[in-house]
Amino acid sequence: MKRPAIVKAVLIVVFFFFLIEGGLRLYRHRQFDIPVVAGPGVTRVGRLSDFGPGLKGTKADTLVYFLEGPEPGGKAVLLSSTHANEPEGLLATLLMIENAVVERGTLIIIPQFNHSGSRNTRPGDGYPLYFRISTEWGLKKFRMGNRDASPLDQWPDPDVYIHYPDRQLLSYIDVRNVNRTWPGRPGGPLMEKVTFAAMEIMRREKVDIAIDIHGAETMFPVTNCIVAPEKSNRIATMAALTVKAREGFDSHVEPSPSGFRGLSHREIGDYSDTLPFLLEAPIPFLDQPTGPKTEKLLLDGKDPFLLSLAQKKKLFVSYDESGWPLEKRVGQHCSLTLEILNQYSKKNPDRSIRAREIPRYAEIVQNGVGHYFHDPSLAQKDKVFLN
Amino acid sequence: MPFIMILYYLITAFLAFLLAWNFFREKKKAEDLALYLLVLIPLVLRLLRIK
Repeated sequence: MKRPAIVKAVLIVVFFFFLIEGGLRLYRHRQFDIPVVAGPGVTRVGRLSDFGPGLKGTKADTLVYFLEGPEPGGKAVLLSSTHANEPEGLLATLLMIENAVVERGTLIIIPQFNHSGSRNTRPGDGYPLYFRISTEWGLKKFRMGNRDASPLDQWPDPDVYIHYPDRQLLSYIDVRNVNRTWPGRPGGPLMEKVTFAAMEIMRREKVDIAIDIHGAETMFPVTNCIVAPEKSNRIATMAALTVKAREGFDSHVEPSPSGFRGLSHREIGDYSDTLPFLLEAPIPFLDQPTGPKTEKLLLDGKDPFLLSLAQKKKLFVSYDESGWPLEKRVGQHCSLTLEILNQYSKKNPDRSIRAREIPRYAEIVQNGVGHYFHDPSLAQKDKVFLN
Repeated sequence: MPFIMILYYLITAFLAFLLAWNFFREKKKAEDLALYLLVLIPLVLRLLRIK
């Protein structure tokens, strides 16, 4: 090598360029807050650490919105961003926080359940760092998160994750996946503390229903469905049949496997009196054989490779040139959530939960998701929460 | 921060030091110099608690 000092100097400059250029983007993404305008139904806002003190001061702590009706009734917990790379759940719950008015009972909403995961990303898979939703007052910007918590908050991963308390052996990465760490424990890894705190909400608040809102690949069999254990099955079936008959979209019921531990739809029901449900809407962005993982694919769900696979009947959902747009996914989640509450309320009139101003599937498909978000710059300051 | 996490940060710092040391001692192969710095990037990002 000729002139090693010059070669080294050039390489050091290149090194710092990539370090600063890449590092700054990742740093800003982790620090970026999404403003949420608390709607007329929000009566108080707490933190998950109120129920699990081990979370205090960590990036896993997250906001908990209470929407309490004037009439006493049942209670429902809604979780989204369990997997923060499935944004239809987040948008559905934020839309409820900004608009819903509860008339009877209580909704407890945790929109960024895996808060650490929502500040993580997957640059190796070419994920966009942000996505934007068109509203009547401009573009609303959201962080794109990751399936698992950030290793900055929980590290190292074990060789094998031994689930607590069943001791089932799970993949090492599942130690940072809050849909594998239920029911959690107060002294476990950070993600077990998150699920423990959520279980404490179920137990202390005597929650009737828990709905965990997700998205799943079109090539994954458990997609476009409600996953429910035995005790929630009847309500899930009635909800699926009702939305099919009244609103014209499919969502079948999948049984929660009793031998696969750590999942919300299994452990919440087994470790509390709460009836758990998990909603899945198809999200083409997560499928492996797609084109680039762009913001556009995330929003419209249109991909030529998936279209070709659909023609060969390799997908578990119907798929055509219209893709699987965000409006449909968010609309399905809102309608299914309302229908589960409705079916539960019919069976348990003394513990019924009634909410209005939550749009249903057809309205969201027609108006777009952005129509329901409010401009934080025009809202009262004490109504805006940074999440 | 849990004790084991602190240990992993120390291991990362040690590996980053080794790479930097080798980078400055290398006199013959330009490819090796580039590789040392390439491997160093994620370690520095972790030490700075960015990624």
